[in-house]
Amino acid sequence: MKPRTIVEKIWDSHVVAHPPGAPALLYVDLHLVHEVTSPQAFTMLRERGLKVRRPDLTIATMDHSTPTTSRDLPILDPIGRAQLEQMSKNCADFGIRLYDLKSDKQGIVHVMGPEQGLTQPGMTIVCGDSHTATHGAFGALAFGIGTSQVGHVFATQCLLQQPSKTYAVRVDGTLKPGVSAKDIILAVIAKIGIGGGTGCVFEYLGSTIRGLSMEERMTICNMSIEGGARAGLVAPDDTTYQYLHGREFAPKGAAWEAAVARWRQLPSDDGAEYAHELRIDASRLEPMVTFGTNPGMGIPISAAIPDPASVSDPLERSDLTKALKYMDLEPGKPLKGHPVNVVFVGSCTNSRISDLRAAASVIKGRKVNPKVRMLVVPGSQQVRQQAIAEGLDKIFREAGADFREAGCSMCLAMNGDQLEPGEYSVSTSNRNFEGRQGKGGRTFLASPLTAAASAVTGVVTDVRSLL
Amino acid sequence: MKFEKVISKTVVIPVENIDTDQIIPARYLKAISKDGLGEGLFRDWRYNADGTPKADFPLNNPEAAGAQILVAGDNFGCGSSREHAPWALTQNGFRAVISTSFADIFRGNALKNGLLPVIVPADFHAELLKNPGAVVEIDLASQTVKLAGGKSAEFPIDAFSKRCLLDGVDELGYMLQQEAAIAAYEAAHPAAVNTAA
Repeated sequence: MKPRTIVEKIWDSHVVAHPPGAPALLYVDLHLVHEVTSPQAFTMLRERGLKVRRPDLTIATMDHSTPTTSRDLPILDPIGRAQLEQMSKNCADFGIRLYDLKSDKQGIVHVMGPEQGLTQPGMTIVCGDSHTATHGAFGALAFGIGTSQVGHVFATQCLLQQPSKTYAVRVDGTLKPGVSAKDIILAVIAKIGIGGGTGCVFEYLGSTIRGLSMEERMTICNMSIEGGARAGLVAPDDTTYQYLHGREFAPKGAAWEAAVARWRQLPSDDGAEYAHELRIDASRLEPMVTFGTNPGMGIPISAAIPDPASVSDPLERSDLTKALKYMDLEPGKPLKGHPVNVVFVGSCTNSRISDLRAAASVIKGRKVNPKVRMLVVPGSQQVRQQAIAEGLDKIFREAGADFREAGCSMCLAMNGDQLEPGEYSVSTSNRNFEGRQGKGGRTFLASPLTAAASAVTGVVTDVRSLL
Repeated sequence: MKFEKVISKTVVIPVENIDTDQIIPARYLKAISKDGLGEGLFRDWRYNADGTPKADFPLNNPEAAGAQILVAGDNFGCGSSREHAPWALTQNGFRAVISTSFADIFRGNALKNGLLPVIVPADFHAELLKNPGAVVEIDLASQTVKLAGGKSAEFPIDAFSKRCLLDGVDELGYMLQQEAAIAAYEAAHPAAVNTAA
């Protein structure tokens, strides 16, 4: 048999039918649902008199429009509230398990799935959300879909799909102190550009990736879409199995042993072919930070802001000029030292317990700069409870940061947590698009360590100066 | 709705990597229906903070009124998977977007809403960028795009999407017809995760 990549293996085992001249009908093992991209799909089901085919393989949570203020407070935004109420009704009507605002399992869909053990190696996982690639950290083929496709999966548990090419992203070498998984993925995207992985699935390989924890792997896979790839994954290994073992929906007993034996067959075969390959030397990486209006506009913290005059392609040059104008930044100047108004630690990229621990390690014994508003938003209720159990909430609060309830929050500013026009944030989220964190807001993407360091100093900071 | 041909003047937004947050900002995503999403199209590029239109934005040019073809820079529709982006475009009368490339998720979403993503070679694209408002004919059957009195180019589309658009076929209808194959797959493969646990 021809050697296959893990992507090809998962694909092959999920093809329900592949008639000539048509895309494959691909079976979906797990469909995750949230309040923003599902309402119109439920409406379609009602209009056509259809049911959800596999409510048992469909799990919903509330995250995007979800307030991060106390759960005891009423939801002030009537439109957001109506969307959450509709979510409850839709899930009740169609028999879907929902982790709502009262649930101790509620959280950002891509934090909740893995922590409940729903996300497992070899699975196909979809969600109406482009950051579904996060689940690829477990060696699952996981990707974002549109609302029409959410409807397709509701009705048939399948998707019409064309196969993707596999793109090898090899990261080798030892990370220096202060450099983290977030910096690896920001460096990858800066290198290939935000369209570099279009049509591909990234497979992250190499000794550095092998040495990462599951949460760090999730951070990397999460931002695959920012490199243009719909999915990104890491082949499962003992780190994966240790993380999964004992979680609520992970297999138990003999079923666990059988599952692990099956999962051990997933890694790409020797000699498997990759459409593209990128190599990154992790030992040379510095903390990364973005300066512009897409996640590919990233630089090492010690570097200068690029000059549009040095770009030859006219459209590229005008995009860079436009980005620097929006960000009100001068080419050739360092970004380090630029004043910051808000620091956001959260989002499906960096809101897990290890991210909060990293931020707290910098904040501990220090104060948030009085000019900075710092929000720490745990990715889920379980992360929140764990943080409280470890006393991280106290560290943040005593330093002057706001420690909130779980949700997507200021990553996309749908829930009232947002930047004011003109404000600058250092954010651990995934997108620095114009207005992403609030109309007129300006985002510097960075790691939790860099974000915390910048909160303390009030300017974009190289965390290594505080370690 | 069947898609055969569109002949229209173009609106040109000469910007690369236009993300779906620009096409429709997240604050419009709290809707539970598709109604009124058209108002959000390019909202923050189109209007000033006080709600007045920005005179220099191409969609606000009076000559852009009625245009059904949008021409934009490379990697159009990157970022968020929101299908609200093609909904907002079609609610403003757009039937095709021409670029040198599209983000994967946007491309799929567009095709499901009768919005044709047309990928053209760089030289043809440059020609379109230079001639905003030019009349362009897009013929799906022959997969050609023609600039009135000028150049033409072929564009790629997978055979299935093409057939769905030409015949006005709804993908879900086609999928539901595969019931026997889906049931057979399920019979042979136990659920990957047992959520009754």
